[in-house]
Amino acid sequence: MRQLAFDTPLIFESGHPGRANRYLPAGPPLTDFLAPELLRDELPLPDNTELDVNRHFTRLSQKTFAIDLGFYPLGSCTMKYNPRINDAMANLPAFRDLHPFTPDELAQGALAVMWELERSLASLFGMAAFSLNPAAGAHAELTALLIAKAYFTKIGAAATRRTVIVPDTAHGTNPASAAMVGYRVVSLKSDARGRVSVDEIKAAIGSDTAVCMMTNPNTLGLFEDHIKEITDAVHAAGGLMYYDGANANALMGNSRPGDMGFDLMHLNLHKTFSIPHGGGGAGAGPVGVAKHLVPFLPVPLVTCNESTGAGGWESSDGKTFGLDFERPDAIGSMRSFWSNFAHMVRALAYVYANGFEGLTLVSKLAVLNANYIRASIKDVIDSPYDENCRHEFVVSAQQLKRETGVRALDIGKALLDRGYHAPTVYFPLLVPECLMIEPTETESKATLDAFIADFRAIVATAKSDPGAILDAPVNTVVRRIDETRAARQPDLRWHPNGAAGPARA
Amino acid sequence: MDSTSAAGAADRPNVSAELPTIYTPHTPSEIAAMLAVVGVDSLDDLVAVPDAVALRGPVSVAPARAESEIAATFAGLAARAPGSAYTSFLGAGTYRHYTPPVVAALAMRGEFLTAYTPYQAEVSQGYLQAIYEWQTYISLLTGLDVANASVYDGATALAEGAIMAVNATGRKALLVSAAVHPNYRSVLRTYAEGLDLVIDELNYAADGTTDLEGLEGRLADKRYAAVIVQSPNFFGAVDTPASRTAAIKATGTLVIGVVAEALSLAALTPPARWGADIAVGEGQSFGVAMAYGGPHVGFIATTTEHLRRIPGRLVGRTVDKAGAPAYTLTLQAREQHIRREKATSNICTNQAHCALCATIYLAAMGQTGLRDCAAHNLARARELQTKVSAVGGVRLRFCAPTFNEFVVQVPGRASDVLTGLQRRRVLGGLDLGRFYPELADCILMTATELTTSDEIDLLVFALSEQVARATARV
Amino acid sequence: MSQPAGLLYSKEHEWVKVEGDTATVGITDYAQHSLGDIVYVELPRVGAALQQFGNIGVVESVKAVSDIYTPIGGEVVEVNAALENDPALLNREPFGAGWLFKLKVTDQAETGNLLSPESYDELTLAEE
Repeated sequence: MRQLAFDTPLIFESGHPGRANRYLPAGPPLTDFLAPELLRDELPLPDNTELDVNRHFTRLSQKTFAIDLGFYPLGSCTMKYNPRINDAMANLPAFRDLHPFTPDELAQGALAVMWELERSLASLFGMAAFSLNPAAGAHAELTALLIAKAYFTKIGAAATRRTVIVPDTAHGTNPASAAMVGYRVVSLKSDARGRVSVDEIKAAIGSDTAVCMMTNPNTLGLFEDHIKEITDAVHAAGGLMYYDGANANALMGNSRPGDMGFDLMHLNLHKTFSIPHGGGGAGAGPVGVAKHLVPFLPVPLVTCNESTGAGGWESSDGKTFGLDFERPDAIGSMRSFWSNFAHMVRALAYVYANGFEGLTLVSKLAVLNANYIRASIKDVIDSPYDENCRHEFVVSAQQLKRETGVRALDIGKALLDRGYHAPTVYFPLLVPECLMIEPTETESKATLDAFIADFRAIVATAKSDPGAILDAPVNTVVRRIDETRAARQPDLRWHPNGAAGPARA
Repeated sequence: MDSTSAAGAADRPNVSAELPTIYTPHTPSEIAAMLAVVGVDSLDDLVAVPDAVALRGPVSVAPARAESEIAATFAGLAARAPGSAYTSFLGAGTYRHYTPPVVAALAMRGEFLTAYTPYQAEVSQGYLQAIYEWQTYISLLTGLDVANASVYDGATALAEGAIMAVNATGRKALLVSAAVHPNYRSVLRTYAEGLDLVIDELNYAADGTTDLEGLEGRLADKRYAAVIVQSPNFFGAVDTPASRTAAIKATGTLVIGVVAEALSLAALTPPARWGADIAVGEGQSFGVAMAYGGPHVGFIATTTEHLRRIPGRLVGRTVDKAGAPAYTLTLQAREQHIRREKATSNICTNQAHCALCATIYLAAMGQTGLRDCAAHNLARARELQTKVSAVGGVRLRFCAPTFNEFVVQVPGRASDVLTGLQRRRVLGGLDLGRFYPELADCILMTATELTTSDEIDLLVFALSEQVARATARV
Repeated sequence: MSQPAGLLYSKEHEWVKVEGDTATVGITDYAQHSLGDIVYVELPRVGAALQQFGNIGVVESVKAVSDIYTPIGGEVVEVNAALENDPALLNREPFGAGWLFKLKVTDQAETGNLLSPESYDELTLAEE
């Protein structure tokens, strides 16, 4: 499997000085308007022709693996197909060119989008309300912990409730977010079944517990079957339960965090709701809360001026909406404006494409795909939790490493050579030489069969010719990277005078 | 919608016959074969949960529809949001600029759109290089040594920059100008609440810049981690403490420069040259859609001294094992997935795709295009300013030099005038009374290279009408 | 790598050599090996007063980061400047030229809380 790959010097190394594009008419001198001492002397950016720019970035795109190119079984990332209708709707000029300070009465359609999405998410996940404010999952976690802190402050318990409890399988953002709110982090050991044990929780909780952060299914892909006992225990101790929505793709239509007893949650729209990952962002991380926490949601919230009925879906037709900034108990704002609105359009388009039944099927098939792969490779690689999984599962290359020297990292690199993106490796930390595989529901049986065959072939090669695997990748545009040099001699930007830099402090 | 009919169930288990899910490719026979390999009888077996947490219906979600119907629904919703068709003089942190179509043509390529974070560097060289180029552009524009791979937006960039200053100095208080964007200050306060930081303010002076009177006195006890100013500030004024930065730094206090209108970096003295240790701001002006507030793209740049405190992702250039140039995410030990609770920040994503759009925009515009664009912004803003302040009863509120925004004072309440302008399909600007009660008679007006003389004349005409009405009311 | 004589160890894989009232502190060969290529070392300031087993710095490799805990309390009198430009020194000579910092010892009796070379060997074997 090979492809032509062009050399791509930096855009700064290949400009056409003085050869400008005529996107705008020529402009007058800046000194016509401002005194010279307010102006910069030089603007050392290259001029490029549009053809230069086109070739440069087209060639860069060809050095970038993507869902559109191949299978991307990254555990915990939910790399499902990103439907093009979503982007087309987000790029409608009425939405794309709408200024955030547009008066509410001229932005009703945009507010309606946000309202319909919020109502759908609230019902689907069993929460009283969602804020569409946060820009990403980690941002949402921070938002939720600030909500928790505000809640405890309101009831006079903030001084004592200083601890956040997090399982040892948690995503790194969980403890990092807790630290940003001044909480002390206590880590829980998962039990032999890979779950958080009720005894472990009960031993950890107390009058100092503010929040227990969990995800379900957890990062091992296993359903926390004692979740209701856990949430009851934490509530009994006066704490709040937070649901990390990274794995929500597994439970749509079969259970809801609200019913499990979670008080706070977030979703990653760029995972579960098919927003494109765009090379690492922008994401979107709505935060959902139970009724008693609604007053603390960040401003603004989208409000509907007409009261809605008790049950059943009501569309935005015939209703009017506003942005509510007058919320005395709100934690404040988390970002410059109201939401990553373009992504709200995308997510709503995805909901429209699926409806409740479609989303239910999404979760079922996501779980089927993961189990199919696990069942088909567990005889060649260790599946430490040997039971049916949910939407993702982990395997361990620890035994393979002992026998052959081939590690999880190396298996991942060998997969790159065969046209797949590697799975997530070395997370969660609990499992040594861990690979976490999440196929998602948009992959066909044929793709999974090809992956299974290639995975098995790699393991076989690891045993017969480990050097070949340790040498991978060989088909990619670059070979393994000298990351040590990148960290020891940081070169983080181009310099006009040709020096590498920045120089070490 | 209704549950499956019996005939539908045979072809598409668990799906209503009228609503195929177009994104899941499985046929019934494939599902059956896969279930057999897994060793369960049905999909329901795989997603079963304990009774205590089984779904309690009903769930009310927007109903499914075919794609053509999705398009029709959104066309209807778009028609209910006519704001973008009005003649607009809104700015205040989000700007209407010309984005050449080459930006979307390149950025919407599937490789760029549907890639993940470049953790597997060998198959992500394209994005990594593009982000390295973004880091370079931001460094060149701000004049600082290094920039990160981007953060969510200008407000969160400020919050993260403030945290950097707190970590660098060990001081837990910040001194912020009241002329910094109110939403940015609001986010800073929200983050400060989490970290028990104190936020004090500097007032704005009569000319619309930050009042630096007595600044050295306030810094003498070395309590502040940083002084934070925005330039151009929320009132559009060039507002740097240039003459005072040496005195500020002598107290060990850092200077954070905020930039909400990134285009200004193409014209004005860059933050490094007027003394900023850390520059933070919003890159939306560089080819990123306004999109009712997001996604946009924040930037953080700083000196090498503070390199290891930078939050978020960094792309570095190195070599591969064959000695060929290669790019990779680097200095990841700072980040949440390794440091966990000791990370410099909890931030995980950057705004890669928006940063890519900005990088393509900057490459296409080049120094010549950016200079021209800045010149047109200044020219149109001057024209707007001249004509608007010629309307009887309307005056320029602040006299400091401005970039592409400025503040005018009107008779009566700004909100009344703006409502009247709206009837002429003109969005005259932002009612400053929304954020500054003492400026309830003031409007922040913005012009860009897209503002035409006809639009300005329409505003002037409509404004004259409103002034006449307001004067009559008084 | 053989261990030089006269060292005591902490559970967190630091070593200390006490000579008179000065102690030299470093990390062990086991620690540098586990971390992989070291890219950065964050050391305490000269003059800082450290408590025994306090978290006083950080060693970063490409993919991991490790807190440094001082095996003995005292005032920092010197830090190893060579590590700033050559953190790899810590990989090459963890017991020698890759030392981290020197302290003026507050309380010699604190050495009683440390591990002998034999006990440290047992610890590393158990961890493998």
